[in-house]
Amino acid sequence: MMNAVYPGRMQDKDFTRKVEEASGQDISTCYQCGNCTAGCPAGFVYDRQVNQIMRAVQLGLKEQALGSASLWYCLSCSICTMRCPNNIDVAAVMEVLRHMAREEGHVTVPRMDKFWLSFMDTVRAFGRVYEIGTMSLYMLRSLRMNTDLDLAMPALAHRKLPFVPHLSKEGASAVGRIISRYRARQEKQEKRQ
Amino acid sequence: MKIAYYPGCSQEGSALDYGKSTGAVCAAFGFHLEEIPNWTCCGSTPAHALDTELSAALCARNLDLATREKADVVVTPCPSCLNNLRLASHRMENPSFRANVNALLDEPAAEKFPEATSIMQLLGRHLDTETIKARVKKTLNGIKLAAYYGCLMSRPANVMDFGDPENPTLMESLLAACGAEMVDFPLKTACCGAASGIPERKLTAYNSGRILELATTLGVDAIAVACPLCQMNLDLRQKQAAKAEDAFFDMPILYFTQLMGLAMDINPEYLGLEQLCVSPEMLLRKLGMGKGGAA
Repeated sequence: MMNAVYPGRMQDKDFTRKVEEASGQDISTCYQCGNCTAGCPAGFVYDRQVNQIMRAVQLGLKEQALGSASLWYCLSCSICTMRCPNNIDVAAVMEVLRHMAREEGHVTVPRMDKFWLSFMDTVRAFGRVYEIGTMSLYMLRSLRMNTDLDLAMPALAHRKLPFVPHLSKEGASAVGRIISRYRARQEKQEKRQ
Repeated sequence: MKIAYYPGCSQEGSALDYGKSTGAVCAAFGFHLEEIPNWTCCGSTPAHALDTELSAALCARNLDLATREKADVVVTPCPSCLNNLRLASHRMENPSFRANVNALLDEPAAEKFPEATSIMQLLGRHLDTETIKARVKKTLNGIKLAAYYGCLMSRPANVMDFGDPENPTLMESLLAACGAEMVDFPLKTACCGAASGIPERKLTAYNSGRILELATTLGVDAIAVACPLCQMNLDLRQKQAAKAEDAFFDMPILYFTQLMGLAMDINPEYLGLEQLCVSPEMLLRKLGMGKGGAA
């Protein structure tokens, strides 16, 4: 599954340091017990298991760590963190890697990201989540028009999908301002790099 | 005690029944929930998957509103909101993080926020077993339940303050006080697959399938839940899970507030039972409430 790696040649210690700094974790204490991987509910769709990703970070194998599809499948349930015998917040490391991967243009599972962006679009527009809006935007973005069609009838019959967004006008504009400031800051940072 | 209520978006959308039953049960015990004016989304998983500070800013706006209302505590039924609100409060103790978050807000947030806690803890911390028992008019005696918390309510342990992160027992205490028999449920804090149902169905189907299968094997009448997303994955997506497990499930998934409400003989109309996809009719019949009551 994993290609041969030559740690001596590929070490990027700066990468290891950045991950440690952003996550606040001492990753060198990981001794590969595999508890994180054993408990991971998404491991069966991962291309690299959590413990392999932790090893990649230790060795400074930036491409392997950031290029893992696993980062996008992680469910943020933090079972890994709970079961780590060395108290590493593994879920926080995965989250930091996800952020770094996006910055470096490694969105290896675009449909996950498209779902999150669709969700945030409705929050920006209405201040609160709008389920039908999120679904429609996601279908358009991902071109997966048949997503969950089997659920449409039961969801509507049991009133789980209100047609009208739950609008809070003042709230919506406040959230709009937060997200605008966030985007402006991101753009500034990108220009600096 | 002034309670600021943060319903969370689901309670206005896919989990209207959770919001309704929460309101009904809290009112019956004399808790006055004051909705935070103009509250907005906490950002849920998508916001923190994008950026930790953005997620904290979306939460801080709401915590700040509650602070201005002079609330003693912020309560929410939703574990995901709870998790985000508590993490934001916790992270904002770090001055540089706080400064970055404040820069995203209209004006700097209050120095100290009221504690964010769950509806379950509000009930559990302020009511003892005897008080609950005294309110029970239709005991849940004779039904067997599995308490399923999901992954967010108790984790990360140092931030959530919910007891044992892998074996919380608060929901069992509340429902046992209502007369139900609670089974030992080893998957009580396993992940249901969270929000991946839309972009990657097999993640929810497999994980929810395991939970449904164990509950079925244990012979429970229903699974009691506390999370709108878990409820949706186990209930609305039950057929998808059955397909993945090559099994057949007929497992009602009720919010713990709906079950408490039934025990307190609150009119089922106020508990939103008709919104459950898997009918709770068998369960209601066992309780002598079948037909006409709901579903």
